[in-house]
Amino acid sequence: MKAVKYLMRIFLTAVLVGHASLASAILTIEITQGVDGGLPVAIVPFGGAGKERPPQDVAAVVEADLARSGRFTPLDKKYFVSRPTDDKQVVFKDWRIVKAEALVIGSVKPVAQGRWQVEFRLYDVYKEKQLAGYSYVVAGDRLRAVAHQISDIIYEKLTGEQGVFSTRIAYVIRESAGKRFSYKLQIADSDGYNPVTVLSSAEPLMSPAWAPDGTRLAYVSFEQRRPVLYMQNVVTGSRSRIAEFNGINSAPAWSPDGTKLALTLSRDGNPEIYMMRLSDKSLTRLTKHPAIDTEPTWSPDGKEIAFTSDRGGRPQIYRMRADGGNVQRVTFEGEYNARASYSADGKMLTLVSGAQGRYHAALLHLQSAVLQVLTDTPLDESPSFAPNGRMILYATDRGGRGVLASVSSDGRVRQLLKLQEGDVREPAWSPFNRSTINQGVSP
Amino acid sequence: MNKKILLTLLGIAALSLAACGGSEATKPGVEDKSVGADAAGTGAGTGVNGQALDAAGKADLLAKRRVYFTFDSSAVDEENRAIVEAHAAYLAANKNVKVVFEGHADERGSREYNLALGERRAQAVERMVKVLGVTQDRIKTVTYGEEKPVAMDHNEGAWALNRRVEIIY
Repeated sequence: MKAVKYLMRIFLTAVLVGHASLASAILTIEITQGVDGGLPVAIVPFGGAGKERPPQDVAAVVEADLARSGRFTPLDKKYFVSRPTDDKQVVFKDWRIVKAEALVIGSVKPVAQGRWQVEFRLYDVYKEKQLAGYSYVVAGDRLRAVAHQISDIIYEKLTGEQGVFSTRIAYVIRESAGKRFSYKLQIADSDGYNPVTVLSSAEPLMSPAWAPDGTRLAYVSFEQRRPVLYMQNVVTGSRSRIAEFNGINSAPAWSPDGTKLALTLSRDGNPEIYMMRLSDKSLTRLTKHPAIDTEPTWSPDGKEIAFTSDRGGRPQIYRMRADGGNVQRVTFEGEYNARASYSADGKMLTLVSGAQGRYHAALLHLQSAVLQVLTDTPLDESPSFAPNGRMILYATDRGGRGVLASVSSDGRVRQLLKLQEGDVREPAWSPFNRSTINQGVSP
Repeated sequence: MNKKILLTLLGIAALSLAACGGSEATKPGVEDKSVGADAAGTGAGTGVNGQALDAAGKADLLAKRRVYFTFDSSAVDEENRAIVEAHAAYLAANKNVKVVFEGHADERGSREYNLALGERRAQAVERMVKVLGVTQDRIKTVTYGEEKPVAMDHNEGAWALNRRVEIIY
């Protein structure tokens, strides 16, 4: 009887899992602060064959990707002397004239049954040498994905670092539903396209955190009218409760090897950080302090956990060994520092830093203890690094609405990811690993 | 009936003195933001609520279902303490009534920290009513952090309304 009642309650709170629909609302990206001095790249419009036009302009997607990274300056096509689409047509002199250092050419041609063959080549203009060249055959709806892969190859060849164009972002959208709100957990490509709703709820959703293998999200849902921690496989759509103790169950953070979660529970009376071994859900309490301890984040080597605590009177960032030992305060500048997240190399934390009632995304250089404020907007939240450490994605307020924004970790390039309507918050950048997002399994 | 109210009031006066003393004695002063500990202006132990709980004011106080807080604080000031105590008196006299204290925070700062702050606020109110004779089995606390604002603007006026504990019964 109790179980039935419980199930009814879950049902009535109207949580839709696996009813993943292609959302019409697309995040549009606006570069709010560009940068001079990116590497000049000529991206020639890709060639085709016959009258049939591909459903995506692959070269345009590549160009937008490279421009957004802030590390490249795509050149204006009106100055192009020639427009090669295959290797034999390339004349390097034409590209030295326009001061291109790299050249990208390619073609998209129809093959049988709605499939397309995409070819591209990347050249070093001054060495007159091909740096990369690939061919793909894909369905029309995969052309954007191929374009992001091409962008990643170009980025890696030219910078020596892994690109993040094929990664995804998870985030929460709050929309008005009459007098109330509805909440959606969505996953989109890193440029905001192809959003998929993986969970809809009438109650708030918080703190999505990607498993290192990119197949699962842990998050907080209030569908039981209190903060309970869930895990959802985004490939199969299956979903389970992982912590539902009395009080707060929140702030999930995956260990780098994916076997453990650090989390916040207040079952003993006040918020403490625990470690859960996922194989058997066994818990180890890591903090023991009457203050608030929350927002754990793992160092990339898995040896340390940084967290927020107000044990000194106001929220500040501390770090400890992953077994809870050797607690040290790491932030001293600023009245309020919270929600830290490590960079991939473990040398920096991005965090929310507040002073005089304004809360900015900031960067803490751990060795020098220098705190670098990255933004000038007053209500920034939830910053996290792109998996290659080059960008920081965070939530902010624009004209009274929640939007996502990103800033390069040197502070020079800024972008705004906007929705047509609703509030966007709680962004989390996926790891490099990419999986196919489920679009239709019921619980 | 009058006798009952009088007894309840006497109980409140005695217990609120005990509350201040107890809370100060058991918590480390430096970081405790809970009831009575660092609340400058609560007039700790000075017979706080005598005037606020006179017969005329009581119904008004019971009509108030929200207790408000200052930024990053869970201290209940004198005005709000009178509201909590009026509800505690009602709950002490009506033993079949169960109550939920729902803690909230304003939007500034981080969401997870605000979730914890909302809980701390709900617990501050819970501690007060327990001292005033409401038993634990009738009380639930829950926090929504900054997730359920009542005022949607992004200014001090809205934030002040959102930093609250809702008394639900």
